Amino acid sequence: MTKRILLLAALTGLVLLPAGVLAQKNSCLECHKGLDAELKAPAVAFANDVHQEFGIACKDCHGGNPAQDDADKAKDRTFRGAPKRAAVPELCASCHGDAAYMRRFNPSLRVDQLSQYATSKHGQLLKKGDAKVAVCTDCHGVHGIQTAKYPKSSTFPWNIPQTCARCHSDANYMKPYGIPTDQMAQYKESVHAAALFDKKDMSAPTCNSCHGNHGAMPPEVKSIGSVCRQCHPSTGDLFSKGPHKKAFDDMGLSECEACHGNHKIVRPSTAMLGTAEGSVCLQCHDKGSKGYAAAGELRTMLDAFESRVAANEAVLELAEKKGVEVSDPVYKLKDVNTVLVSAKNLVHGLSIPDIKKKLAEGDPTLAEVEKAGQNALDEAKFRRKGLIIATVFLALFGVALFFKIRSMRKGPAAD
Amino acid sequence: MSKIFQKLYGYFDERFKLQGLIDFSKHKKVPEHEYSFWYYFGGISLFLAGIQVATGILLLLYYTPSIESAHESVQFIMSSVKFGWLIRSVHSWTANILIGILFVHMFSTFFLKAYRKPRELTWMTGVLLLVLFMAFGFSGYLLPWNELSYFATRVGTDVAGSLPLIGQWLKTVILGGPSVSQATLSRFFWFHVALLPLAAFCVIAIHVILVQTLGMSVPIKIKDKKHKEISFFPDFIYKDALGWTLILFLIGVVCVFLPWEVGKKADPFAPTPLGIKPEWYFTFMFTTLKLVPGHVLFIEGEQLVILAILVGGCVWLLAPYLDRKAARDKPGPLFTWIGIFLLLYIVVFTILTYAVPRIGQ
Amino acid sequence: MDRRRFIDIFAGGSFAATLAAFLYPVIRYVLPPKQAEAVQKRVAAAKAGELAPNSAKVFKFGSTPAVLINTPEGKLVALSAVCTHLTCTVTYETSTGTLYCPCHNGRFDMAGHVISGPPPKPLEVYDVEVQGGDIYVAKKG
Repeated sequence: MTKRILLLAALTGLVLLPAGVLAQKNSCLECHKGLDAELKAPAVAFANDVHQEFGIACKDCHGGNPAQDDADKAKDRTFRGAPKRAAVPELCASCHGDAAYMRRFNPSLRVDQLSQYATSKHGQLLKKGDAKVAVCTDCHGVHGIQTAKYPKSSTFPWNIPQTCARCHSDANYMKPYGIPTDQMAQYKESVHAAALFDKKDMSAPTCNSCHGNHGAMPPEVKSIGSVCRQCHPSTGDLFSKGPHKKAFDDMGLSECEACHGNHKIVRPSTAMLGTAEGSVCLQCHDKGSKGYAAAGELRTMLDAFESRVAANEAVLELAEKKGVEVSDPVYKLKDVNTVLVSAKNLVHGLSIPDIKKKLAEGDPTLAEVEKAGQNALDEAKFRRKGLIIATVFLALFGVALFFKIRSMRKGPAAD
Repeated sequence: MSKIFQKLYGYFDERFKLQGLIDFSKHKKVPEHEYSFWYYFGGISLFLAGIQVATGILLLLYYTPSIESAHESVQFIMSSVKFGWLIRSVHSWTANILIGILFVHMFSTFFLKAYRKPRELTWMTGVLLLVLFMAFGFSGYLLPWNELSYFATRVGTDVAGSLPLIGQWLKTVILGGPSVSQATLSRFFWFHVALLPLAAFCVIAIHVILVQTLGMSVPIKIKDKKHKEISFFPDFIYKDALGWTLILFLIGVVCVFLPWEVGKKADPFAPTPLGIKPEWYFTFMFTTLKLVPGHVLFIEGEQLVILAILVGGCVWLLAPYLDRKAARDKPGPLFTWIGIFLLLYIVVFTILTYAVPRIGQ
Repeated sequence: MDRRRFIDIFAGGSFAATLAAFLYPVIRYVLPPKQAEAVQKRVAAAKAGELAPNSAKVFKFGSTPAVLINTPEGKLVALSAVCTHLTCTVTYETSTGTLYCPCHNGRFDMAGHVISGPPPKPLEVYDVEVQGGDIYVAKKG
């Protein structure tokens, strides 16, 4: 009987022991956690790595035997150590490019990153032997890799500009390539950056939205317009139907960038139009030309509308300060703003009759708001007048009471 | 003119027997001395309460107590109804002024020891009235259903919920459910326009009858000195009226230049705005709760504060019976010092709430 | 007329004037204002049969635009027309049967859900009721 129990125990132990060892034992982490700074960092960072969550560990990239406690024995024949920079893309793609393998973990992940990378500037230069360019680990991190959906990840939308800028804003590092290093600084002043960082609008474009991420390359002049059209289709449509499209194509000008810039795309104002200094129209249209006249007309139309809106805003603000409730006309004015935004969009089609028609749509509402604003100011005046009248009566009554009280004090009340 | 007046008076006197009332009030005398200025605050409180009833009844005409339309109806009153801005601003401003005046009235009667025998019941009904009017303020504050009111109500009822034993039950009864919802708005509306007005009317009636029956209390210090007396009707009434005229003017000025805001409509799913606090007359308790450490000995900090407030409130309420010296018309500094301490505590903690907004964080 | 009498008349007169100054606003307040109600909870958006299938109409609901759609299957649907991205007004696109926002290419289905583009939240759906030859739109619930 005891023999049977002993045999059972031994068999169980035999089965459980290696399983336990395999499940728990990672000598790499255990050992490296006890080393100093540089060698300790990977072991500590790996705790937050997305690979670790799926049971992928040190040996899957570095090789070696994690069951071995002895450092020399652990670094066996399969041990690869830290891969060279140039070898990183192939190493990552050994799993991430294998569709059948990736299906086991995340079936919806793309598996063509390596082939995309080969078309990118980084990939092309790496092939030529330049190891300074970005490889997978430069953007995704090494041991604390997280998905792009995780806010602290280096590939989360609002972290991407900083990730790219690590190299692209470093003038010394970028010296051999002869390209500007002010993109990040410029982007930070753009309306896209404001949407991304201030409004936390995750749909706002960052570096990879226009340049691609794995196949990163600045878009060709001809294709800039297509890239912008991804989010601004109506503007692009209007432009394509307008007189500028052929002119720009013939001149080899990039459609949107010529007037709006590329990285420092600021909120477009009417100052961009017209014939005053600083307007983009003057870049091509000389004084006396049809284009010059049209530019002037456009500017005048939009300015007139904008100043009418601004005047109304001022009136309503004043009325509110005076204590009159004006939330309804303020809301209506926002509607008018939509008309203005639409009109500014129509500028890209350069059809003055269309723009005139659109602006005219805002006229009835503007008239209503103007009336409401004037009524509000009148109401404020009326209230103050009413207060004065009521105060006068109250004061008279108070004075009368005062005299009554005094006469009471002087002697018995005589009715 | 006065002939018509006399004829009218004669008609009603024959039917209502008014002469007895007139005689009583003609004989009623009010003492006049260095402290009699404080006598007016009771009348001012009554006058302001009257304004609240009148403006409240007018607001009832356009206000709707449903979360879909409460905020919109208040905005409607402020923007579209003629003089709606005035009626609503008077109501909101007077509510705050009234509670301030009630505190002045309460503390002045306390320091002048007007609560001593035989006026114990006057004092106790008075304390009850303060509680009722603070309940008016709390229930009325939710009715516009804006951001501030929604979260102030949440915070306030959370405090009620932390009472030991009955806390959760009490909170559910007050809210009409587990959280601030339509049920709460309907319930607070009922408190504000039905239950509390009825209760306040009864208690005010008792309070005023007591005051009229017993006359004005004269402070112990000057009790034995000879002092002037003026007749209640019409002399004291005229003086009262002068005070009321001045208050009306102040309310008018403040309503024209600082109309009460409509605010943003409450969104229960929005996060609580930073720095949310209840109306100023609750802030001294609110700040005390924020400053108390999590645990004091074996008792939870919040519960200790609530207990202290309840016990303190009872001592305050029963002052006429506890202040033995005053009951014998003898000066007694102990209760005066208790009053000074309480006044200082309320003033300091109220100021603290606004001077140090992130207190206790 | 002696002094006392003068004071009495003065007091009475000023009291009457003050009372009038207070009653005037109260009376104006009680008289109904032009716009009878605070909130337009229910709006007549269109006449029955006004919209052909696969067409839509933008109308004013409260203080914001809303859209009434007659789907290709003949069903009446009403939604808020304020795009949840940057508050532009959406339009009904007959070719796709979806609501399209021209500002940044946002797209919504007939249940208000975001199909594509930057809008972060769905559009609010309203109740539609046909009554007495009119199509009424009201907030849900």
